[in-house]
Amino acid sequence: MKQNFQNAIIATVLSFVLLSLTIGGLIQVEGIETTVVARPWYVVIGCTIVFIIQLFRDQLVFVFKGFGNVLKTLVRAEQIAEHAIQLKGSDRFNPLFYLTVLICLSVYPFIVSDKLWIGMFIDIYIYILLALGLNIVVGYAGLLNLGYIAFYAVGAYTYGILNHFYDFSFWLALPLSGMTAALAGIILGFPVLRLRGDYLAIVTLGFGQVLVILLRNLGSITGGPDGIGSIDRPTMFGIEFSRRAKEGGVPFHEFFGLEYNSIIKDFFFYFLALALVIFTIYVISRLVKMPIGRSWEALREDETACKSLGINSTSVKLSAFAISSFFAGLAGCFFAAKQRHISPESFEFIESVIVLAIVVMGGMGSTIGIILAAIFVAVLKDYSQDLQEYRMLIFSLILIVMMIWRPRGLFPATRPFIKLQNRQKSQECGC
Amino acid sequence: MLNMQPSLLSVDSIALSFGGLLAVDRVSFAVESGQIFSIIGPNGAGKTTIFNCISGFYAPNTGNISFNGHAIEGRSSHKIAKYGLVRTFQNIRLFKEMTVLENLLVAQHNIANRNLISGIIKLPQYRKAESEALDKAEYWLYQLGLTAFANREANSLAYGQQRTLEIARCMVTEPTMLLLDEPAAGLNPKETEELDELIVQLRDMYGITVLLIEHDMKLVMNISDRILVLDQGRVIANDLPSEVQSDPAVISAYLGEEE
Repeated sequence: MKQNFQNAIIATVLSFVLLSLTIGGLIQVEGIETTVVARPWYVVIGCTIVFIIQLFRDQLVFVFKGFGNVLKTLVRAEQIAEHAIQLKGSDRFNPLFYLTVLICLSVYPFIVSDKLWIGMFIDIYIYILLALGLNIVVGYAGLLNLGYIAFYAVGAYTYGILNHFYDFSFWLALPLSGMTAALAGIILGFPVLRLRGDYLAIVTLGFGQVLVILLRNLGSITGGPDGIGSIDRPTMFGIEFSRRAKEGGVPFHEFFGLEYNSIIKDFFFYFLALALVIFTIYVISRLVKMPIGRSWEALREDETACKSLGINSTSVKLSAFAISSFFAGLAGCFFAAKQRHISPESFEFIESVIVLAIVVMGGMGSTIGIILAAIFVAVLKDYSQDLQEYRMLIFSLILIVMMIWRPRGLFPATRPFIKLQNRQKSQECGC
Repeated sequence: MLNMQPSLLSVDSIALSFGGLLAVDRVSFAVESGQIFSIIGPNGAGKTTIFNCISGFYAPNTGNISFNGHAIEGRSSHKIAKYGLVRTFQNIRLFKEMTVLENLLVAQHNIANRNLISGIIKLPQYRKAESEALDKAEYWLYQLGLTAFANREANSLAYGQQRTLEIARCMVTEPTMLLLDEPAAGLNPKETEELDELIVQLRDMYGITVLLIEHDMKLVMNISDRILVLDQGRVIANDLPSEVQSDPAVISAYLGEEE
């Protein structure tokens, strides 16, 4: 106790100095006059908190440990349940469950019938798309990419530019955007192939920043800071969703003899996003079970062993970069079509951080976990709009806490259970 | 004796230095097809360095290495592996967080059907290729007694089993030649005996040529057709096991110079 008291005193004195300098004074600018207003209460409160925490450190640690043990028990229970599933050898794919989810998601927009609520889900779907794509590089291949949003920007601008200058339709631009982003992934991938871990993270971070600067300054092509406006909305088999169609066309509501209601357009976007998400989930869930997906994981586990078995680690890395960027490109193209206006500020670094936070939270390599984390983060982002720059702090905190408590994510990926074909008689199993 | 057939692996006076240290000094030897060829020598003799040169992890400064008619010195390791020359590592390198079965499936990467489209929509030829890969993996699991662990994570296996799995992972790539870097390290006597049988079996039943680095003299003397002895990067003997045992140069390298 005496030891704690001493520690508490020292910590309090230190924090008094630090707090006085940081939050103890508020600089106010009025016209040309700058004054410093002292805020002693802030310092007092801060010091008190530090003092109390230091004094009752042991007790607090005890409480936290108890909390940690509860968490550990939960994790253990979950692992046992998973093990039981594995022993039964059942595939975790349960069609009834997925069908129910799909039906719920399909009726959702008609039930709420509200632009804001539908819009929130569309945002969630975009985040799911991005996070699933990033998961390929970070979760499966184990290459940290901090500039992922740049590929999203490439996709968005591909559609924006193709539509603005060449009148490309959404459906034609969608695969092109994906491919352009994949190409950008390969172009970035080549020079950074030798890098791993932190170094790779720094280069990708730089790439993200450079791209935003490029978008701001290439005025004649990208429209500079104003971006590109009045991008065409997608059509459904040539039917438009606007009040009045372009010449020669018939808008959706006239075609079906309905009264014009702008929410029809939101329904359309909702289902378009949902379809993209389902497509992405299907393709990625296939990819990771295929030789290419297995080689991504092998690369993460041990690059040297990969090489010794004849796996070309260069092409494995490039394929991970390209395919993950492809999905970012699709998401970007959809985003551009939905917003109808894109500008560099939609592709700032914070977006990369948010997507990475989703991947880390959900559990690297785990699809279900990532979907749930995307919902959580998108909602959090929506509600933390007022917090401005503190949002960055919140997401950083989430990342740190996750790394300490559950480094493998809330829903860690499980190894696939592959049933043996048993063409050879196996003595141990006897089944 | 006149041997008309070229050797499967021939190493021709390779040298490699790290900074000022000459790790491998003009080493030459040849391994014939179907041989079990061992490299022995005290610690730091350059055994693993030679392995790394052959398997493409290092490029020798000078000298040539040819395998099965291909010049492989300085080639990238994944290409050398494709020629049918695969290796294990002194410190086991498994894909630890993947299952045993997945380890064996990944290793068949080059034989697998890697067409993205046919994989995504599960075309018949893709299913067939995957089923064959699984068959082969199962075959080797059964052969090496690992069937019961098929869906366990690789790092949950016992040490000896991990070593065996590493050999199984090499075998599914259908190699011509195996480089085993101290496969008996850390094994108990019983496991070493099993390994002994396994290596001979691989040669006799599957025609695999084996190049072996090993410290376990009993194992080496038992199974080797020929032994290369290295000391400080130089070859001091290259002979039959019985001859090597009585070679004065070898004895002095191992036991120290007589006063």
